[in-house]
Amino acid sequence: MIPALRKQAVGNRLPTFLTILFVLLEVAMDVTIPYLMANLLDRGISGASMSEIIFWGAILLLCSFVALAFGILSGHFAARASTGFARNVRKSLYHKIQEFSFANLDRLPSSSLVTRLTTDVTNVQMAYQMLTRIAVRSPAMLFFSFFMAYTINASLSLVFLVAIPTLALGLFLLIRAAYPIFTKVFKTYDRLNTVVQENIRSIRVVKSFVREEHEIEKFNGVNTEIYKQFSKAEKIIAFNSPLMQGTMYISILVISYIGAKLITSSSMTTGQLMSFITYTSQILMSLMFLSMVVVMLTISRAAIQRIEEVLREESDITEKADAVTTVKDGSIIFDDVSFSYTNHADKLNLEGITLDIPSGSTVGILGPTGSGKSSLVQLLARLYDVYSGSVKIGGVDVRDYSIKSLRDSVGVVLQKNTLFSGTVAENLRWGNEDASQEELIRVAKIAQAHPFINELEEKYDSVVEQGGTNFSGGQRQRLAIARALLKRPKILILDDSTSAVDTKTEASIRAALKNELKETTKIVIAQRISSVIDADQIIMLENGKIHAVGSHETLLGSCARYQEMYASQMRKEERA
Amino acid sequence: MRGPGMHGGGGGPKGRVPVKLDFGTFRRLLAYIFVPYKVRFVIVVIAILLSSVAGVAGSLFLKVLIDDHITPMVAQGSGASFAPLLRAIGVMASIYLVGIVSTLLYNLLMIEIAQGSLKSIRLKMFIHMQSLPLSYFDRRSHGDVMSLYTNDVDTLRQMVTQSLPHFVNSAATVSAIFLAMIFSSWQLTLVILLTLSIALRLSTMVTGKSGSYFMKQQQVLGKTNGFIEEMIHGQKVIKVFTYEEKAKARFDELNEELYSSAFNAHRFANILMPMMGNIGYIQYVLVAIVGGLLAIHGTGAITLGTIAVFLQLSRNINRPITQMANQLNSVAMALAGTKRIFDLLDQESESDEGLIRLVNMCKDNPDSVQVEKQTGCWGWKDGEKITRLRGVVKLEHVDFSYVEGKQVLHDVTLTADAGKKIALVGATGAGKTTITNLINRFYDIDGGTIHYDGIPIRRIRKADLRRSLGVVLQEVSLFSGTVMENIRYGRLNATDEEVIEAAKLANADYFISHLPEGYQTELRGDGSSLSQGQRQMISIARAIVADPPVLVLDEATSSIDTHTEEIVQKGMDALMEGRTVLVIAHRLSTIHNSDLIIVLENGSIIESGTHDELIARQGQYWRLYTGVFELE
Repeated sequence: MIPALRKQAVGNRLPTFLTILFVLLEVAMDVTIPYLMANLLDRGISGASMSEIIFWGAILLLCSFVALAFGILSGHFAARASTGFARNVRKSLYHKIQEFSFANLDRLPSSSLVTRLTTDVTNVQMAYQMLTRIAVRSPAMLFFSFFMAYTINASLSLVFLVAIPTLALGLFLLIRAAYPIFTKVFKTYDRLNTVVQENIRSIRVVKSFVREEHEIEKFNGVNTEIYKQFSKAEKIIAFNSPLMQGTMYISILVISYIGAKLITSSSMTTGQLMSFITYTSQILMSLMFLSMVVVMLTISRAAIQRIEEVLREESDITEKADAVTTVKDGSIIFDDVSFSYTNHADKLNLEGITLDIPSGSTVGILGPTGSGKSSLVQLLARLYDVYSGSVKIGGVDVRDYSIKSLRDSVGVVLQKNTLFSGTVAENLRWGNEDASQEELIRVAKIAQAHPFINELEEKYDSVVEQGGTNFSGGQRQRLAIARALLKRPKILILDDSTSAVDTKTEASIRAALKNELKETTKIVIAQRISSVIDADQIIMLENGKIHAVGSHETLLGSCARYQEMYASQMRKEERA
Repeated sequence: MRGPGMHGGGGGPKGRVPVKLDFGTFRRLLAYIFVPYKVRFVIVVIAILLSSVAGVAGSLFLKVLIDDHITPMVAQGSGASFAPLLRAIGVMASIYLVGIVSTLLYNLLMIEIAQGSLKSIRLKMFIHMQSLPLSYFDRRSHGDVMSLYTNDVDTLRQMVTQSLPHFVNSAATVSAIFLAMIFSSWQLTLVILLTLSIALRLSTMVTGKSGSYFMKQQQVLGKTNGFIEEMIHGQKVIKVFTYEEKAKARFDELNEELYSSAFNAHRFANILMPMMGNIGYIQYVLVAIVGGLLAIHGTGAITLGTIAVFLQLSRNINRPITQMANQLNSVAMALAGTKRIFDLLDQESESDEGLIRLVNMCKDNPDSVQVEKQTGCWGWKDGEKITRLRGVVKLEHVDFSYVEGKQVLHDVTLTADAGKKIALVGATGAGKTTITNLINRFYDIDGGTIHYDGIPIRRIRKADLRRSLGVVLQEVSLFSGTVMENIRYGRLNATDEEVIEAAKLANADYFISHLPEGYQTELRGDGSSLSQGQRQMISIARAIVADPPVLVLDEATSSIDTHTEEIVQKGMDALMEGRTVLVIAHRLSTIHNSDLIIVLENGSIIESGTHDELIARQGQYWRLYTGVFELE
């Protein structure tokens, strides 16, 4: 049922076993003690004998301390088992997620992954602890208490044969009614979180469009739903108390009456009756706890399933056993490549792409929004795999390289650049851990980032806030370029990476790249012809297919679309 | 019965050991809960008292059973009548019934009170949050603010639905039992007091220890949460830089820390029950010994029945005492979370002293007449006087800093005349976006004035000021919902045709129609189902639908290819008729048509004029501009 999750318990076997062991021993003590109490009452107090009181009292004390020891030990190992289990699950989850390819990540949205790693694991941890303690203790208690009650007086214990099933049935009905509502509540809570999160993130849009009232209405809709659903579920569960108390009190009254009869006919002593009543409440309490466990487990089922889902997902991108580890050069060949994000033949994002790019050359890629430019270059770093055809780098199919060596040789600067909390230097060193300070400065200079870094108080040790929000868009892009350069890649891909940088700076970057990275194949996706005008080849993409390929001069002479684009861009500049 | 904890993203309560109770916060919370539910609250308290009395009466029943019925019946022998016993049982049954009904009643009422209070607290939080200035959001991580709605409200829920009622119930039960004990035998009560004080001392120690570990666990959880969130959102970069192994290693470190604090917290928490149980048994033996001594050698006031009762009572008193110790700790922790909620509610809202309203006017009628429906023709209403909106924005000697001491704008003076296109140009960080943030009062200026049609913007009602300004930002935020709903966000009463028309103008209609469900396609909030360019087009369509008199475009078209941009611009040109536009862009092709170009550097205006004037001046603009040509 939950194979992947169960594997996580493996490293935890010993503490789990010890927990169960000590819980059972604790139960044994808890059950014996009322029996000792009965003796104390009968022989000591009723028998008016101090020596008996002290004798049974001493044994009682001894047993209680033994019970304490068992209790502390079971608590200790239960803590270790459940938190250890949670630790294992978290580790497996996170490591699994790190292995995911882009395709895997597209299927499982990031906010959901975060919830699974935190909320769901905590739920499962609690469930595990309950399982090893209460789910062991209660049935054991139930069984032993019943056994002891039976030995005191068999016929009286028949009362339980009515009480227990009644209680069990009642609890079952309550849980069955409440569970579906709880699942609904979770989903509604998710929706609430989404509304809150979006509002916090988009507060500027909300304020600009003066949509506060609208958003408040949205929120209150979900808010009220939660109120209704949660109230309903909790109210159903609240009926478990009259059920429990009712069963218990009726049982006690019945037992008292019958017990009185038995005592007067001398088949039972008062002390025994006392014990019997004690066992009664123990039995019914155990049943009560057991029902709590069942509720917890059913509620945790959702959490368990979500964790299983992640653990079972296999990464799309795998590498061969005998993978090649050296990339010879930056030459690129696309051999009739087709690609689809959803792996459907009728939804191809790229079709029939054939290209030959020599090592060290500069290539520009132009095309309207959604024409497949980003998809094309993501295939180079094997962020996705082709649907058909093959991509070769340095003469070798990218699928034959080890993933690490391939990605170390392909530097990608994405459209949206994430920086991480840490220092500027730490962020840059993502490209190369062992880079020296001189190296950092060198690449920063090429990316035209050095000037603004130098002006900061802490220079390269300046702090980068989460997401890089303390830097402007243009600065983030330049840092991202520098970071990629540090890898000394054979292929450098710039995916519209200078959109937030002013034209002058962009021109300097291009010039620096041209001079400093002569051996690197440079692929530039851009909007402006001016950005790629002196590329060795310009590729025009449209609707996932190659529209035209050639140098600026060639295209100007042969491709109508290119002429049009050039003319309109030039017109703008001329008019200006 | 406890529901599972529902903890979302962000950190948990930080700070001191939670053994201290924050009475101030508690009182405030009580006011929230008590005031709207006065009657129910009173009923709850009565019901709790009734139920604990009934519970205690149940224990006393045994004394009655043994002393008044069983013992005499044993003495009478087999001829004894069972009738009195039956009557006693009948009385007991009715007492029990009262107890059961009261318990159910207060449970149900408590649920209503708790859930209702939570609903209104959540709503208050959200409403207030909407009124807060941007600086509040700038200073906090998203996860932290979200945590208020999830972690903190949830601990509050558990406290109100479970901890508080259980605490009160336990306290009432303990008091009732205590009274019963004193009436039975004050001597034995002393024994109980002795053991109880030891129990309390020990339990405070244990819960103190586990409590501090729980706090630590929450802190580490917050850190881990932050780490996970950052790494998962930046997965693409991690892949591209093969950072996977390092990320895993860093995670493992945090995971171990979390494990260790969680383990210790639970380890100590798990000691509490066995310990209290043990003390209960010791208490039992002591009562038996002392009781036995008193009964056997004593005055005779103590009977077998009394001791039996006492033993039962002493067992009964332990459970609620343990409960109280447990609940006290969770109450303390929940109060820490409640304090954070109150902190949010105490934040100062955006100031808005403006009284002047934006109204619709009749297009053809030159006189100041206010008309209800949307005419696209606007006016300012000041008291009874209505003046036509012209769209003149004037900044004079404006100074501004986001953070004290770091001035971002110096003495900025510029005038955007009605219907003109003004371009703000300058290197990144020069202050262009800042200026737009000031015009719609996202932040307030430190010095100088900003006038809109001659009216100081502080005098205009904020909502109206913002409605009159259309802003298309650099970072596009979309909401979960359909494409239609997202575009309609610009004007909620726009018809479907108007939305599609706007999309056509923004040239978004083509790609939207090619989406799986066209305009009804559901978008994810993080907008990951669309490319950057597509999102910008939706954002532009949204602004078109809003139809504002003044438009601010902040690098809106930089992620769209020049071909599409040209078509969008054509639509925007038509849109810009009769409107004032402020454009912030890097691309000279975007601004070449402007009526006025303002060049900013380090927060000051260094040049302004038309394109030809600036070129002739051969200053900074000329340098920026010719940077393109140099490489041709």
